[in-house]
Amino acid sequence: MDPPVWIGLENYRRMFTRDPLFFLSLKATASYVALSLPIILIFGVLLSLLLNMKIRGMNFYRTLFYIPAVISGVSIAMLWTWLLQPDVGIVNTLLSLIGIEGPKWFWDPKWALPSVASMSLWKVGGSAVIYLAGLQNIPPQLYEAARIDGAGKVRIFFRITLPLLTPTLFFQLIIQMIEAFKVFTEAYVITKGGPLKATYFYLLYFYEEGFQHFNTGYASALILFLVVIIMALTVLVNYTSNRWVYYEGEDTRK
Amino acid sequence: MKNLDSIQALHRRTKIKRIRTSILTHLVMISLALLFLVPIIWMLSTALKTRWEIFAWPPNWFPETLQWNNFKEAFTRVPMWRFMRNTFFIILVKIFAELLSVPLIAYGFARLRFPGKKIFFILVISTMMIPLQTKLIPLFTMYVKLGLIDTYWPLVLPAFTGTPFFIFLLNQYMKTLPRDLDDAAKIDGVGTFGILYRILLPLCIPALTIIVTYTFLWTWNEFLQPLIYLSTYEKFTIQLGLEMFKGIWSVEWNLLMAATLATMLPVLVMYFFAQKRLIGGIASVGLKG
Repeated sequence: MDPPVWIGLENYRRMFTRDPLFFLSLKATASYVALSLPIILIFGVLLSLLLNMKIRGMNFYRTLFYIPAVISGVSIAMLWTWLLQPDVGIVNTLLSLIGIEGPKWFWDPKWALPSVASMSLWKVGGSAVIYLAGLQNIPPQLYEAARIDGAGKVRIFFRITLPLLTPTLFFQLIIQMIEAFKVFTEAYVITKGGPLKATYFYLLYFYEEGFQHFNTGYASALILFLVVIIMALTVLVNYTSNRWVYYEGEDTRK
Repeated sequence: MKNLDSIQALHRRTKIKRIRTSILTHLVMISLALLFLVPIIWMLSTALKTRWEIFAWPPNWFPETLQWNNFKEAFTRVPMWRFMRNTFFIILVKIFAELLSVPLIAYGFARLRFPGKKIFFILVISTMMIPLQTKLIPLFTMYVKLGLIDTYWPLVLPAFTGTPFFIFLLNQYMKTLPRDLDDAAKIDGVGTFGILYRILLPLCIPALTIIVTYTFLWTWNEFLQPLIYLSTYEKFTIQLGLEMFKGIWSVEWNLLMAATLATMLPVLVMYFFAQKRLIGGIASVGLKG
């Protein structure tokens, strides 16, 4: 490593004016966040609703669905590389049995990013368990009162369950968003950022700049900008929260 | 009499309805669970096949003969045992370090009085918000200057000052223990450290179990930090080893899946032993933020 030289804001000027890789990696990461975040939030809530049903042996199912959340990123990446092989992978084989020709997944520039994003579907049990705790905190009297008033299941969900789940949802939105921005291992192990830089995520660029080319100054500028983005989005979400997050015991009528 | 009959009929009807929903839920859950388990089942099946059988069409879920040898083969081609031993070593040092530092720090925040306690606690907790990635470059530069690159020190050293999340966890737990315990011990002449080690910590076993379990899981699964700090092949952790494995034999998927499965196994075993406490812990922390 060379001794550091003071260059003022030069790194940031380079980032914004003459670094196509910066914009490319930022775009890839933003697309990943935009794709994977709804998957995690929506399917997480749906799974937690199922796991909240009162039937015997539910603990067994809870344990089961949580398994992918404890497995390491590298193992999961290896596993999905095998499952999504274009010619011999089990997913495309099963698809071909029902007459669908599966895409080339990680090896197609168009499909690579959605493929990486949809891997989070398998790990949805991790956040489902947290929603489950939120669901179980909802006082049962509310459901009872709603049922006596003749509310249907869908109505109960949208009028009682969902509003009372918003604090958990809000917390998960922020946590999962930050996690999504930090996507790295999947791309590093499976695609190395390819094909055609389709999965060249921000942290991958940061890693290559900082720890392969040892441009520590530029890499620091990159990561600081990511922190600024994450912080800005967190503040934004937080700012909107009083419009959609419902806290019990707080009178929201104005 | 007629009234009673209709009530019984109603009861029977609701009971039938309840059983029907229960069966329906089970059916939905079982099919979902199977879908969820397909990746793992297919991995297990692949890991036990010959290298020709894995490409068979149509795919067979049950290998003709179980190739347990694949595991042996995977472990001899790549020093998996060595990677596992390395990782276990790091885990043991980290568990020791966390158990040394976290109780002391949490005890200080939960029970002792000193100026600036609130600010210090907020400082410790707020470091949880800073993503590890932001600290990597300064940390790396620092460890280069200390000459600690390609050693295990960068991986274990932070544990000696306590992981903020664990400090938070144990602090919360200690706060739930009645202060009468401390007072009674003080009257009996037990000192400040005696109260921590002889009175409070034995009651904190559930929280300590969570700390040990998480340290194990996180360290076993850690990828980015070993990737940055370790460069000598013999020192690799299990995740680095597995990643390298992929680069070497990208077509022998039976061996690759055997190695992947072997890498998952300790985590799965740990998970099944600790799952109740673990899921509860995650959920409660997730709610409180």
